[in-house]
Amino acid sequence: MTRLFDKTFWGLTIGLVALFVLNFFLEEWMRTIGLQTLSRGLVAIGLLILWRAGLVSFGHALFFGFGAYTVAMLQIVGVRDIFLLMIGGIFTAGMLAFVLGFLLRQYRAIFFALLNMAFSMILYGVLAKVESLGSTDGIGIEQVTFLGINPGDDNYRFVFYIFAIVFAYVSAVAAHWYLKSTLGMMTMAVRENEIRVEYLGYSSEKAIHSKYIISGLLAGAGGVIMAVTVGHVDPDSMVYWPVSGDFVFITILAGTGNVSATFIGALVYELLRTYAFEFAPEIWQLILGGSLLLIIMFLPDGLWSIRSEWRHKRALRAANRAQASSEE
Amino acid sequence: MTTVLKVQDLEKNFGGVIAARNINVEVNEGETIGIIGANGAGKTTFVNMVTGYLPPSSGEVEFLGQSLIGFKPREVTKLGLCRSFQVPQVFLSETVFDNMLVAYGIAEQTGFSLFRPIHTDDRETRVDNQLERYQISDYRDTPASALPQGVRKLLDIAMATVRNPKLVMLDEPTSGISVEEKFDLMDIIMEAMRQEDTTVMFIEHDMEIVERFVDRVWAFYQGEIICDAPTAEAMVDEKVREFVIGQEYHPAHLEGDANA
Repeated sequence: MTRLFDKTFWGLTIGLVALFVLNFFLEEWMRTIGLQTLSRGLVAIGLLILWRAGLVSFGHALFFGFGAYTVAMLQIVGVRDIFLLMIGGIFTAGMLAFVLGFLLRQYRAIFFALLNMAFSMILYGVLAKVESLGSTDGIGIEQVTFLGINPGDDNYRFVFYIFAIVFAYVSAVAAHWYLKSTLGMMTMAVRENEIRVEYLGYSSEKAIHSKYIISGLLAGAGGVIMAVTVGHVDPDSMVYWPVSGDFVFITILAGTGNVSATFIGALVYELLRTYAFEFAPEIWQLILGGSLLLIIMFLPDGLWSIRSEWRHKRALRAANRAQASSEE
Repeated sequence: MTTVLKVQDLEKNFGGVIAARNINVEVNEGETIGIIGANGAGKTTFVNMVTGYLPPSSGEVEFLGQSLIGFKPREVTKLGLCRSFQVPQVFLSETVFDNMLVAYGIAEQTGFSLFRPIHTDDRETRVDNQLERYQISDYRDTPASALPQGVRKLLDIAMATVRNPKLVMLDEPTSGISVEEKFDLMDIIMEAMRQEDTTVMFIEHDMEIVERFVDRVWAFYQGEIICDAPTAEAMVDEKVREFVIGQEYHPAHLEGDANA
């Protein structure tokens, strides 16, 4: 059991407690940044799982948007509770990933990446054209209830934030444990050598399919949180291809070393975007692009590699000290 | 004696090119079969067909009485017929230990257990035992990409045999290995197979290896088996000497006879 309750587990747990305490002191706009961070971080965990299997998706806004629009659709038929909305969003996104996975699992590299984008653009086209789905104007999302309880306007964000951090925590821990399981280790195996996986007795396509479904579920959940946070869904902010690009940006920024890094990456991205937009509204894309360039040049394995590098240096220093003392 | 593998009228055509034809062979439990033949003679095609990588054009392959036609490699593997590769198929960026751990994890999966942690004490012990059996424990924490060729070959075979298969097909286990190392390497492999009661067939170009380790030889030439005989007999077979090993090769036991 100690293998499950490792440093990452405790790190995530400390993060949960810290965010819970922080919630009492946060301003409304900070909470919004926090919620968007959690939402995009969830999607990035899904991309991390695919990335470790050697697959990049340029179209996960498809599932993100599917989750978000499920909230809108369910609200139209009268479902208001966040738990039901979340289950609905995860279910529809997961089902979509399950169905599309039969096709996607046959493709690799750029074909996999762009086929995802193609599907997301089909959904974008449908949502933008169909009046009953809100067309380009989108659909407003009403306040949700929590197990039937309405916390009231003043406490609404406070309570929703707690829901989001607990949900993100559970998802991150589950994803971390998944990556330590046999199926999770197969992410590496299919990336490295599919022939060997087949000759060990498992289908590489099946392994990829299961990862694709998990990434779809997580992206759907991210979409639900974003829809409720923003209070509105529309094709441009939920499904358009640059939304998928944001998730890839975060995954590159965070690196694929650890699930907790995705939330750090998502937060850095959120802050970069917010402040770049505030202080340099004319050139904010330039700032984002430049940051990505710097990350790729100097931290190709993402922010998480700072930690690995630091540990490596610390180990080197310790080794040098040990050598020096033995020479004395 | 149990028949492990039975192949009948196996054929493979790639368009107009015949890669295998009229192959009829049987392997009995405990035998060691050596597959010899020049490059392009159809040896690897044969292994690929038997293990489900290539569908044969016609014919029948039975493993322990079960037809393998239409089976995928993973299904053949699960039945207990495993293979290694001429170019070792390992997870290059991972350590030897992690390669083996994943191999055991996949081999031991049963439904929900796929979601359980891959690291368990029992499994780690099995990994260490297997590394010990193949004498590669010293490389336990070395990434597979940094391994010497011989160790990488052993790792490939160690991974192929995690299911304790009934029959193992080794594709050129000594290719790329120095003359000094190849006998030691084969000793390790054959000893490991003996411990696990595994029937072995391997493709080999080196006739010294064939003579020393093989009970029976199948000689391939242009997609056909031109000789299926005990090793001593095969080595002096006219066709084998003409088409496979060349006239100038003098088997050790014949030289012994000449000196007598």
